[in-house]
Amino acid sequence: MGDQLDVLVVGGGNAALCAAITAREAGASVLLLEGAPKPYRGGNSRHTRNFRCMHRGPLSVLTDTYDEDEYFEDLLKVTAGKTDETLARLAIRTSEECLPWMERHGVRFQPSLSGTLSLARTNAFFLGGGKSLVNAYYRTAANLGVDVRYEAQVTHVQMDGDRVTGVDFTQDGTTHRIVPKAVVLASGGFQADTDWLARAWGPPARNFLIRGTPYNRGVVLRDMLDQGATSVGDPTQCHAVAIDGRAPKFDGGIVTRLDCVPFSVVVNRNAERFYDEGEDVWPKRYAIWGRLVAGQPDQVAYAIIDSKSLELFMPSVFPPVTADSIEALAGKLGLPAGALRATIDRFNAACTDGDFHPTELDGLSTVGLDPPKTNWARPISDPPFYGYSLRTGVTFTYLGLQVSETAQVQCDSGPVRNLWAAGEIMAGSILGQGYLAGFGMTIGTVFGRIAGREAAAHVH
Amino acid sequence: MSTETFAEARRQIEICNACRYCEGYCSVFPAINRQRAFSDGDITHLANLCHNCRGCYYACQYTEPHEFDLNVPKILAEVRQDSWQDHTVPAGLARAFQRSGVAIAAATVAGLALLIWAIKAIGSSGGDGFYAVLSHNAMVAIFAPAFLLPLLLIAIGVRRYWRTIGGGPVRLTDLASAFASAAAMRDLTGGHGDGCNFEDEDRFSNARRWHHQAVMYGFLLCFASTCVATVMHYAFGIPAPYGLMSLPKLFGVSGGILLSLGTIGLAVLKLRSDRHLSDARVWGGEMGFIVLLFLVSTSGLALYAFGGSPWLPELLALHLGAVLAFFLLTPFSKMVHGFYRLAALTKDARIRADAGETVPPPTPLTGQPLKSWLRG
Repeated sequence: MGDQLDVLVVGGGNAALCAAITAREAGASVLLLEGAPKPYRGGNSRHTRNFRCMHRGPLSVLTDTYDEDEYFEDLLKVTAGKTDETLARLAIRTSEECLPWMERHGVRFQPSLSGTLSLARTNAFFLGGGKSLVNAYYRTAANLGVDVRYEAQVTHVQMDGDRVTGVDFTQDGTTHRIVPKAVVLASGGFQADTDWLARAWGPPARNFLIRGTPYNRGVVLRDMLDQGATSVGDPTQCHAVAIDGRAPKFDGGIVTRLDCVPFSVVVNRNAERFYDEGEDVWPKRYAIWGRLVAGQPDQVAYAIIDSKSLELFMPSVFPPVTADSIEALAGKLGLPAGALRATIDRFNAACTDGDFHPTELDGLSTVGLDPPKTNWARPISDPPFYGYSLRTGVTFTYLGLQVSETAQVQCDSGPVRNLWAAGEIMAGSILGQGYLAGFGMTIGTVFGRIAGREAAAHVH
Repeated sequence: MSTETFAEARRQIEICNACRYCEGYCSVFPAINRQRAFSDGDITHLANLCHNCRGCYYACQYTEPHEFDLNVPKILAEVRQDSWQDHTVPAGLARAFQRSGVAIAAATVAGLALLIWAIKAIGSSGGDGFYAVLSHNAMVAIFAPAFLLPLLLIAIGVRRYWRTIGGGPVRLTDLASAFASAAAMRDLTGGHGDGCNFEDEDRFSNARRWHHQAVMYGFLLCFASTCVATVMHYAFGIPAPYGLMSLPKLFGVSGGILLSLGTIGLAVLKLRSDRHLSDARVWGGEMGFIVLLFLVSTSGLALYAFGGSPWLPELLALHLGAVLAFFLLTPFSKMVHGFYRLAALTKDARIRADAGETVPPPTPLTGQPLKSWLRG
């Protein structure tokens, strides 16, 4: 068995690469199987842009201090307490040593991007975005001697008691069986499997758009759950945001986001409003709008603004639908014109005088309107009028594998002795609901490195 | 300039403006992010800010096979090329020489033939060294117009370009900023100092930056050599030939070596690079220009090394012929990019200054590892 592979890494995104690099540097032979073709390698990591990082004092591009407790508080706020405190604090504490590690392995950072100043202290942005990070890690892995195969989809993890005894994957139309000493699963969630989403969510999920890779179909996750791996998280929970309804079904990524909601009136297909568009600043609210839109007929909504607001938000990749009257806009958007006119008139009548401040909660609220708009409520009155369609865009699902503090996969009977998991496939252990910008990359990096270290230690 | 090229560039730039991940690589993306709508002039300006480092291509989530099919380095290279060809008079000559290496070779042969004819027909009127082959007055009669006329054409072209991009009044501080940027090739550092993605897919390297600087500084040293020699000749009455330890020789020899090494490096890098990330129409013209520059520098060095040999007339004809072709082609070859690039950097500096943005200093080549090391 002198030629037996030490560590097999399943997946090809950030967590997989961190695991592969760490295991290889610890002396293990490593094979990484990426299901996607090379141009689409990297899973959802290729769409990411930053890394939320604890730091006591300035660190690389990060200013000031962001300590463990503040970081954990931020996590508690978005997850409403649905997190595993031990694992969460482990991820947070370890994030600080990750940043220099990432730099040593080729990742380059830049100060926060324009329009993201609210994240300047907490999040280190990748120069060039997530794909440049993925490229750097693949370069580093290749230089270290990690064997990488593309379009190699793992179909089955063979379990025998508390051990993995083999892994099946298909490549070039043939199935191969490989018998590694240790395995790291880092193959993501299941959001690209529309049938699975529809089983969890119901038929409306078929109208969801998938913001990231079409290759995260949860094949390995399903296989593990079917074999009794302990699951964590709710299959209906995912990171979902409201995005431009004209985005492609898969892989639209960052450019499909639409930041106009706080300055708009949002209506459903029947031209009715359904939620307070001005509840909070958009970075804190964009994630709940994914679910709000999912709850509307046909899972679609329309944000309507007038010419006063067109330049108050980041430019969108698709130009807005434009018309000189509300009725004409309704016609172009396929909305009932009379109903939209009535909704806008009611809204305009409920607006009050006051100072408008686009960048802060200005308290400019409607009066006597249900639901109210509690900030930035200005009449939609100055033509031309603009409309954007909104749909639910799923980033990743939270149903995953339960892991221990050493990233080891658990079965009901106890830990699997030679199996570890990292990244989105286990993120549900920490993210029960909600999302914190840049935290997915933190989980992937921290647990990827732990998994790689543990897998290499196991074989030696 | 075709409207389709502009429309495609606009489509791509608007996607970039909604993404912004590449903001740290170079001057192009911050310039995009300051605007929401892009006129043809704006796009022409962005194209001339772009140094074709390709960092944005390899970092992009939206390159083919993605349906957005972004290839920003390529489309900006095409707009940039069109802008040089369209603003230069006569545009027909620019189109011919920008695209065709064969045309450049033909011009070089013509320059050589002219010099051989001049040597045979005019010859020497006394003097040492080169002047024993061709008289000083004959050289001046050929090269003064061959140098000044192209400069005039370039000035006309850049002035038209400046109007197209809405350049506005020129401030000395902005010019200084532009020259500082070019002096360090700041836009080829990749923002992190690791360089660009030119010759080996997504691997960062400073090879292109170093070789470009060798060519640029080598050329400037050679130019300085000529200038100093002119002053020595006319102001101090010291005609050539000059000794090794004279300023013209020191500048000329060191410049010639840099220029030769730099052009070899650029040619090798160009052969390794992916043509689909540049304007493929002008590959031949660009390569022809590099070869011509190499010929200028190596023939100059050969003239220095073998000037005392019986081959002097042939070597002198070769060198002066190549220099003549190079001068005459300046407005119509890749050489013109330097002038447009400086204009674009000057406008960029003005916009940054007016917006109160500081121009980031050139990144140290060791980049972030050095910075984190300094921080301890």
